[in-house]
Amino acid sequence: MGYKIVKKRVLGPDSKMFVIEAPYVARNAKPGQFIILRVNERGERIPLTVAGSDREKGSVTIIFQEVGKTTKLLGTLEEGDEILDFVGPLGKPTEIENFGTVMTLGGGFGTAVLYPLVKAIKEKGNYVITAIGARTKDLVILEDEMREISDEVYITTDDGSYGRKGFVTEVLADFLKEGRKIDRVFSVGPVPMMKATANVTKPYGVKTIVSLNPIMVDGTGMCGACRVEVGGKTKFACIDGPEFDAHEVNFDLLMKRLGMYREEEKASLERFLEEIKKSGRA
Amino acid sequence: MGRLILNRVPMKKRDPKERIKTFEEVALGYTPEEAIKEAERCILCKRPPCVKGCPVNIDIPAFIALIQQGKFVEASKKIKENNPLPAMCGRVCPQEEQCEEVCIIGKKGEPVAIGRLERFVADYEAAQGEVEIPEIPPPTGFKVAVIGSGPSGLVCASELVQMGHKVTIFEALHKPGGVLMYGIPQFRLPKEIVAREIDYVKRLGVEIVTNFIVGKTMTLDELREKEGFDAFFVGTGAGYPRFMGIPGENLLGIYSANEFLTRVNLMKAYMFPEYDTPVKVGDRVIVVGAGNVAMDAARCALRSGASEVTIVYRRSWKEMTARIEEIENAKEEGIKFMILHNPVAFYGDESGWVRKAELIKMELGEPDESGRRRPVPIKGSEFRVPVDTVVEAIGQVPNPVVPQTTPGLKTTRWGTLVSSPTTGATTKEGVFTGGDIMTGAATVILAAGTGKVAAKYIDYYLRNRDKPGVWEELTKDIKE
Ligand SMILES: Cc1cc2nc3c(=O)[nH]c(=O)nc-3n(C[C@H](O)[C@H](O)[C@H](O)COP(=O)(O)OP(=O)(O)OC[C@H]3O[C@@H](n4cnc5c(N)ncnc54)[C@H](O)[C@@H]3O)c2cc1C
Ligand SMILES: Cc1cc2nc3c(=O)[nH]c(=O)nc-3n(C[C@H](O)[C@H](O)[C@H](O)COP(=O)(O)OP(=O)(O)OC[C@H]3O[C@@H](n4cnc5c(N)ncnc54)[C@H](O)[C@@H]3O)c2cc1C
Ligand code: SF4
Ligand code: SF4
Ligand code: FES
Repeated sequence: MGYKIVKKRVLGPDSKMFVIEAPYVARNAKPGQFIILRVNERGERIPLTVAGSDREKGSVTIIFQEVGKTTKLLGTLEEGDEILDFVGPLGKPTEIENFGTVMTLGGGFGTAVLYPLVKAIKEKGNYVITAIGARTKDLVILEDEMREISDEVYITTDDGSYGRKGFVTEVLADFLKEGRKIDRVFSVGPVPMMKATANVTKPYGVKTIVSLNPIMVDGTGMCGACRVEVGGKTKFACIDGPEFDAHEVNFDLLMKRLGMYREEEKASLERFLEEIKKSGRA
Repeated sequence: MGRLILNRVPMKKRDPKERIKTFEEVALGYTPEEAIKEAERCILCKRPPCVKGCPVNIDIPAFIALIQQGKFVEASKKIKENNPLPAMCGRVCPQEEQCEEVCIIGKKGEPVAIGRLERFVADYEAAQGEVEIPEIPPPTGFKVAVIGSGPSGLVCASELVQMGHKVTIFEALHKPGGVLMYGIPQFRLPKEIVAREIDYVKRLGVEIVTNFIVGKTMTLDELREKEGFDAFFVGTGAGYPRFMGIPGENLLGIYSANEFLTRVNLMKAYMFPEYDTPVKVGDRVIVVGAGNVAMDAARCALRSGASEVTIVYRRSWKEMTARIEEIENAKEEGIKFMILHNPVAFYGDESGWVRKAELIKMELGEPDESGRRRPVPIKGSEFRVPVDTVVEAIGQVPNPVVPQTTPGLKTTRWGTLVSSPTTGATTKEGVFTGGDIMTGAATVILAAGTGKVAAKYIDYYLRNRDKPGVWEELTKDIKE
């Protein structure tokens, strides 16, 4: 039983990459899809994007940022350890064609989710411009990987410690202002950043796709926890998405719904950190 | 025996004041003496109407006679000839509309407590140690995939494996059991009992693969072509929640019953923070609907810290679909009922949390297709009540994942699979169905019954599929 971690890599201060043995998931996983895992018997089910998969080896790559109890707990696992439950691939794959010139934006940890997309977009023969942003230099992830597969790469940091000072959306805004032809935009990151992207591209009528990250439980359309409002209609992100047309998404609602369990998440994390301290691990 | 005893032997229950603080089982079951005493009320009818009232036609007088003789394990075996899930059905069947409704004694007094007796012998047998495994015939070489591990899938699988077929159940969630595991709460159907039945199915030789969503992880056709399955049973249930579609529905604090019950039961949110999944229940909770699902949600809300829980239902007491016993239990526990009311909108505070529900008064008009009187809103009767949490329990429809990813599998306009009512065969050769995705949301025993019927015809199909016209024969009474 269980799903074995065959490889672990530390990407940054709070971000890690795992390669996990999950042959069934590896077999059919496509860019844009995600998995749901549960670390142990008392664990929560959390969704993570499929960052890559290898059919031959039967393995799936995930990249995650340690933000709370479950992701921190996950981060303590080592190569050879097992994850209790791992199910997927879930959600609809990204619709990728040869659009022409595609601009992809990754904000903070969204860059990890963006990575497999960029790869697939490039493989379809698109000209790919990638802009990745982070709060500060240390938090910029996957820069080398992105350079390898994009035609142009731009980096921004909020504090100017690396690349251009400011937000990724400003790079996009400048291009559009200059009249550069961009046929499609993909934007993945914190909700305010995705919302900003939508606002930038809307006046120009450039179709923009965002990958939404609402709280999920089952990921199969059974619970409705993941509901989002798109074009005034309620959709289940796990089966209708997770990607949607940015110009139709109600981002404010998404932002609020993500905060539903803030107090519980905080309590859970504190309790976990306390336990780690006691056991002298950390 | 002679004289009729009009009143049942009461079953002990936990005190309402105590039980609303825990998820421990409410009903405590009979002792052997009580069971014998209750069994003696049965007059062992020669032409027993109760048997016809049971959807799987358990030989009720036969098993009750065995209880009268103190042969409890034999009684349990007798039941299992028709129903492999007696511990569960004894607990959750709507007996008052099935076997007990037509019991002769019910004409003069209270009907024989068939469900309680069924539960008693099943629990008694389990307490004797591991239940014996029947002898399994030699392998037939056929492989059957059962999709979904609710009662229909479990029963279908256990029947097929006992006919010598190799059976694998594929389940989307991390635990098998379907609604029995994620929906019906611990205090009504302890998960240990569900686990016991599942363990039995495994010991029979059925392989259960969890974390496998047919249609996503692999499609049904891939299972056929790449994994060599010869026949399929689709028992994926009716787990797709309906929402009312009214303004404010996506505010924080508004759950579908499925989400609420899954968090509480499957993820054990009632033990947060020992278990990681939280559930957030405010002081004032309203639950919309009045079926079993609504009662379960209301009683879970009460046990999760709500101070006031109200069931809001658009029809009246008479039309409620929940088991009578559960409505009684809910009342005893202090759940309030607001009948002939319906929410029309929800309003939230700045953080987006629900704070008010706007309700409208209803009256009953002419009967609708279901034969129940149609609720009609009374114009201008709207008013607002303060709420902190809302659970919508207004019904579920079949999950579309399997039908959408399986070419050739036709659905009705209710999302159920088009199938033969007598054999369970669908519009795609080699694929059978049962349970809620066949019938629409129904009951555990009906799901079990359809699973059993499908197993019989799957076996027939496998043994005869090379003869011409077999599939046509199995599907001849399909109406689209
Ligand atoms: C489709 C999808 C793909 C995702 N892909 C990635 C990825 O590739 N890498 C990555 O690092 N993160 C990804 N996320 C986000 C990731 O699921 C959350 O960071 C994780 O659940 C946090 O859990 P926690 O216990 O560590 O933190 P918590 O303390 O529980 O929560 C921190 C924040 O994470 C969010 N969150 C909490 N629980 C859930 C949940 N069950 N489902 C979704 N979000 C939740 C909330 O916004 C919360 O405020 C994805 C989310 C979705 C919906
Ligand atoms: C809260 C609640 C209370 C109830 N109370 C009662 C009661 O008191 N008495 C009574 O008789 N009935 C009751 N019912 C109804 C009863 O539980 C159902 O009728 C019965 O469980 C249906 O059984 P099923 O076999 O069709 O599937 P379900 O029990 O619905 O199980 C279906 C299973 O299939 C899995 N699945 C779905 N899609 C896929 C897929 N693509 N791949 C793999 N697996 C999949 C699901 O995860 C699930 O585990 C209640 C229902 C609910 C929700
Ligand atoms: S299975 Fe249900 S309906 Fe049949 S006898 Fe038992 S309790 Fe009655
Ligand atoms: S109808 Fe009632 S009295 Fe007659 S056999 Fe059935 S349970 Fe016994
Ligand atoms: S996560 Fe449950 S329906 Fe989407």
